[in-house]
Amino acid sequence: MKSRKKRLREVYVWELPVRIYHWLNALCIVILCITGFIIADPPAIMTETEANFSYWFGTVRFIHFVAAFVFFFNFVFRLYWGFVGNRYARWNNFIPLKKSQWKEIVEVIKVDILMIKNKPVDSIGHNALASVIYFGIFWAFLLQSITGFGLYAKMSESIFPQLFAWTVPLMGGDLVAREIHHFLMWFFILFAIVHIYLVFYHDYIEQRGETSSIIGGWKFIEEEIADKEEVTETAETITKSARKNE
Amino acid sequence: MDNKRPSIYEECLERGISRRDFLKFCTTVAALIGLESSGVAQVVKALETKPRLPVIWLHLQECTCCSESFIRSYHPTVGNLLFDNISLDYTETLMAASGFQAEACKEETMKKYWGEYLLMIEGSIPTRDEAYCCVGGKSAMQIVEECAEGAKAIIAWGNCASAGCVQAANPNPTGAKAIHKLIKGKPLMNVQGCPPIADVMTGVIVYMLTYDRMPQLDALGRPKMFYNRRVHDTCYRRANFDAGLFVESFDDENAKRGYCLYKVGCKGPNTYNSCGIIKWNESTSYPIQSGHPCLGCSEAGFWDMSPFYKRLPDVHGFGIEATADQIGLAVGAATVAGIAVHAVATNIRKKELIDNDEPESKSTI
Repeated sequence: MKSRKKRLREVYVWELPVRIYHWLNALCIVILCITGFIIADPPAIMTETEANFSYWFGTVRFIHFVAAFVFFFNFVFRLYWGFVGNRYARWNNFIPLKKSQWKEIVEVIKVDILMIKNKPVDSIGHNALASVIYFGIFWAFLLQSITGFGLYAKMSESIFPQLFAWTVPLMGGDLVAREIHHFLMWFFILFAIVHIYLVFYHDYIEQRGETSSIIGGWKFIEEEIADKEEVTETAETITKSARKNE
Repeated sequence: MDNKRPSIYEECLERGISRRDFLKFCTTVAALIGLESSGVAQVVKALETKPRLPVIWLHLQECTCCSESFIRSYHPTVGNLLFDNISLDYTETLMAASGFQAEACKEETMKKYWGEYLLMIEGSIPTRDEAYCCVGGKSAMQIVEECAEGAKAIIAWGNCASAGCVQAANPNPTGAKAIHKLIKGKPLMNVQGCPPIADVMTGVIVYMLTYDRMPQLDALGRPKMFYNRRVHDTCYRRANFDAGLFVESFDDENAKRGYCLYKVGCKGPNTYNSCGIIKWNESTSYPIQSGHPCLGCSEAGFWDMSPFYKRLPDVHGFGIEATADQIGLAVGAATVAGIAVHAVATNIRKKELIDNDEPESKSTI
C-alpha cells in the first residue's frame, strides 16, 4: 500500500457565506455568458412565423437581466462579507498594502509561474498574487455591472438601473458601453479557465484539498504552518482587545 | 431686441401667408416639440410678438447634409416659413453674397446683434493643422471662437459638430474635434444625426424662439424631446426582435418577411433618435422601414463601430481588423496553450512534491 503520513491540521478557511457567494457567482457568470452570447449573436430561425407566436429572445434577455441582478447583489454581499468575515475573507487580503504581501507575490511568481523555487508558499487562504488578481476582477465585476445596467437603464422603469445611467455618456454612448461589456465577458471566460486550472494545480502539488475546500470549507494545512498562523491570530486578537480596553 | 423689427407673424402676412397657414404651422411644430394643446398658444404668441432670430450659420469640415436636410422640412410652407423664422444672416451655402461682401455681412450681424444671435455650426474643427479648414483666410477655430463670443447660444448641427462624425473616425487625419470639446462657457446643444431629421431641426429652433431658452438636454448635450428614446424602442419591427426572428442576410426570406435587422448590424438598440416616430422625407419612411439597419448616426463615433452590417464592431489597432470575439478566442487559445505548457512543466519541475518525496515529509514518517 502506498500511503503518506503527513502531520496536518484541518483549518476552516471558507465560511458558508463565502462558499455560497462563490457558487452563486459562478452560476451567474455561466448563465450570463451563455445568454450574453445568444443575445450578441442569436441563432437563425428560418421558418415562416409571426412575431406574436413567440417571445423566446425576450425570455433569454429576461434571464440575462435577472442573473445580472443576482450577480450584482451577490457581489455587494461579498464586499460586505469582506468586513465581517473571517481572516481569509477580509478585505485587506485583496489590497496589497503591506510589504509582506508584495514579498509573497514575488514568491508565488517564483514558485508557481517561473518554477524556479520548489517549496510551496505557506498560505492558507488565497495567496497574495491570487488576492491581487481577485481585487482586479472585483473592479471588472463593477465595470461589467456599470456597463450592463447602464445599457439596461433605458429599457427599465425601475430605479436601480437608473443609478448607473449617468456612466454611459461618460464612456461616449451606448455603442461604446456595449463594446466594453462584450470585451469584459471574454475577460471573465479567460479568468475562469485560468482559475479552474490553478485550483487543480495547487491541489495537485500541495495536497491541501484546495478543490474540495470550496465545497466543505476545510483545508488540510501542514501542522507547522497552521500553528504559526494560530499564534499570529491569537496575537492579533490580544492586541485588538487591548486596544479596545484602552 | 429692436422694436422696429417686424415680428415673424407680421413678416408672414407681408409674404402672403394666411393666418390659417400660420396657425397650422404653429400647431404642427408644437406637436413636434411635444407640447400639449395649450402649448400651441405659446408658440403662436411667440411667433406673433418676436422678431426673427438672427443666425450665423457656419460651415466647417462637413458635407452640408445638415443644410440639405433642413431645407426639406416637413410641411410645404414650413420650410419657407422657417427660413423666415430665423434670419440666416450668414451661411456660406445659401447666401447670395460672396467674398468680402459675405464676410462683411457676418461682421455686421455680429456687431448689430451682439449677445443675441444664435450660432449654428455644421462641421467639425481640425486641431492637427489649421490649414485643413479655412474660410476667408481664417481658420475654423478662429472663426468659431470669434462668432461664439457674442452668441446667445450655439447649436451644433449633426454628428460632425456634435461628435466629429466621419472626419474624426479612426485614424482621424485632421484631428477633427466636436464643437463642445473646444468651445466652453456657452450654452450649447448637439442636434445629432447624420444629418439630423429636418423636423427635429425645425422643432429645436421653434422651441428656442418660443421659450427663449435651451430645451432640456441629455448627458451628451442632445435635446431630450427628440433624443430620449432608442430607435429600438420605437421600432415597428421590435416584436420580431423579442420573438427572435431575424434577417440573416439582405436577400433571404426573412428580409422579405420584414423581420428584425439586428443581426445584419442594426444599431437601433444603442441609438437615440426619433427616426421611428417622426421619420424622414415628410414622414414617408426611415432606414429600418426601407429594410436597412440603423447605422447609429446620432451616436458619437458611429463610424468606428463599423462594419455597419455586423453587430460586433471591428477593433482597430490589431493590424488586421478583428472583433472582440476573435480577439477573445485567440487570447483564450493562447491561455489554454500556456496552461498546457505549465501543466507539463509542473509534472517535471514539481515531481518531488507530487510524489511527496521531499526530505521534510520523509523525516516525519
